[in-house]
Amino acid sequence: MCNFKFKSGELSVSLQTSMSTVKQHCELVYKHFPSPKETDFVDFHVSVNPVKGYRRWLRPQVQFSFDGYEPFAPLPIEQAPAFFEWGLNWCIANNTNQYLIIHAAIVEKNGYGVLLPGTPGSGKSTLCAALVCQGWRLLSDEMALLSITDGLIYPAPRPISLKNQSIQIIKQFSSEAVFGDIIPDTTKGNIAYMCAPKVSVISQMIPVVPAFIVFPHYRANSETKLTPLAKSRAFMTLAENAFNFNILGSVGFEVMADLIDKVECYDFSYPDLISALNGINDIVAKHEKE
Amino acid sequence: MLEQILLIQFLRQYGKNLLDNLDFENYDWELLIRQARRANLLSRIAVFLQKGDFLEKIPEKPRLHFLNAIQLANANARSAKYEVQQIYKTLHAENIDFVLLKGAAYIWANTDSAQGRLFSDTDIMVSKMDLDAAENTLITKGWFGEIFDDYKQRYYREWMHEIPPLQHLQRQTTLDVHHTIIPPTSRLKPKPKKLWDHADALENMSGLFVLSPVDMILHSATHLFHEGEFNQGLRDISDLDLLLRQFIVPNNLWELLLVRAIELNLERPLYYALNYTQHILHTPIPDSYIAESAKLGNLNTLQTRFMNSLFLRALAPNHSSCKVSGLGIASWLLYVRSHWLRMPIHLLIPHLTRKSWMQFTGKSTR
Repeated sequence: MCNFKFKSGELSVSLQTSMSTVKQHCELVYKHFPSPKETDFVDFHVSVNPVKGYRRWLRPQVQFSFDGYEPFAPLPIEQAPAFFEWGLNWCIANNTNQYLIIHAAIVEKNGYGVLLPGTPGSGKSTLCAALVCQGWRLLSDEMALLSITDGLIYPAPRPISLKNQSIQIIKQFSSEAVFGDIIPDTTKGNIAYMCAPKVSVISQMIPVVPAFIVFPHYRANSETKLTPLAKSRAFMTLAENAFNFNILGSVGFEVMADLIDKVECYDFSYPDLISALNGINDIVAKHEKE
Repeated sequence: MLEQILLIQFLRQYGKNLLDNLDFENYDWELLIRQARRANLLSRIAVFLQKGDFLEKIPEKPRLHFLNAIQLANANARSAKYEVQQIYKTLHAENIDFVLLKGAAYIWANTDSAQGRLFSDTDIMVSKMDLDAAENTLITKGWFGEIFDDYKQRYYREWMHEIPPLQHLQRQTTLDVHHTIIPPTSRLKPKPKKLWDHADALENMSGLFVLSPVDMILHSATHLFHEGEFNQGLRDISDLDLLLRQFIVPNNLWELLLVRAIELNLERPLYYALNYTQHILHTPIPDSYIAESAKLGNLNTLQTRFMNSLFLRALAPNHSSCKVSGLGIASWLLYVRSHWLRMPIHLLIPHLTRKSWMQFTGKSTR
């Protein structure tokens, strides 16, 4: 049994696993992450282990446990590293109501936080990975943690999960990106995890001011198009993409309204990765000139 | 054994009003939070700490988990209220009266046991006469059955005290409609009419009731000690502790509780409730009444000793830091016992045989 501890932003995690695949995954993708001290408070005690019982001889499976609670049905054993990442996402999404948690990638450049809310197929993760390869700071590729007390977004960097063709696209885009093994045939297709760059991990305690919300839409053979988005529309779409909007009740409403008030909101459709990157860099560059 | 469990020490201290004696800076909050979360009591102890104005004294990291748990409880109460309003609109239009049970009743009657109480299903009771009408009208308003298996349908409709659970199509919430509080095939036979006669009407909601406080206690006891599901056992013991302290302790209404248990034929569950809340959480119950309830429940010393060895294992939090020896066998025996209490043997043996076969072949999980 191996115990692996790390800190992702403000959150401390302790993982117990007997599986070499999970251990290798963590040693690769969390290499640069600090470990909590022996006396530090640990937020999430989780484990990922093979399921016992007679059926393991026919169809070996893996189970994720949050300190004894098993929120999911077991998965095929090959998916163990992904199960750990998904399970930890679940723990964070359900137990950190000090934040309004928005389903979005969040990256930063020159002090400007850019939220990329993700509907499936929007290309959020691919775009996030490419921006990070260009030197943007990664705060999260999956969950933007907007503090309900100060309105800042707090980092919780983790490896970026890429699916299917996106894996090849990013490998071609950057020779420096470090990837774990491909995990085939998950419910999301083939996936691979790209390590968070060391600089993003080093600055993981520094929150950012959200400046832009950009809803990306990948459309093959279209023109690159940036359209300002009505604040009311942005509010509604973002509320639907927040994991705990209902739980926070009126607090969630206020925090979301404050966020929408102070940022610029855009719809952004793009035909390929390069024009997407240029478009997002332009938004920040234009703002800096003004 | 129980003395060493931090969560139990904490709950006892709360009961004695001694939380201000805690060393807030150096207390093992992490262990307390882990045990409490596993026992579904994190929101409750968070509310206890908030009520005493202690949250500010707790270091930031654990404090955030308590605040988080308070928000979950608030959201749960909010949605429980909304859910009951929707059910009320539907049933009241058809002039069907109903009684709220368990969590939803605590929230609406605002009992102390509502504090930090998390639950996902709404439980209601209608009279047997109204059962068909209630089910039909709920179905027209979006509550659908989740169970299509013929055997399970029959199991509920012939033997159980509730119809198969309903789920709301849009909100995905679960509604359990009961016609009595314990399966009619059980050895204990409380008459639903007697519960209705004592039920309290809720203000400004004609036709909506909760059980009287004494009946709430007896129902909670029956549910815990006869259903065989102990994964939330300590949470239920804490409910009983809070209800007893709120309704029975202040005016010493123990005699009333015993008399009512006799009327409803729930002497044994009452004995267990009194014995284990006192034993585990130090609820101030006079020993004489515990002895009296054991006598009424027809339990001899050997029986109580044996049941103690099972229940005290099953009621500890199911967390890796509280593992007790023999938990597996105790849980299994209690599971078998719950079925034994629920059905006569000629129904029980075919039922359990079928259940194990379904599990063995992987067609169903317990």
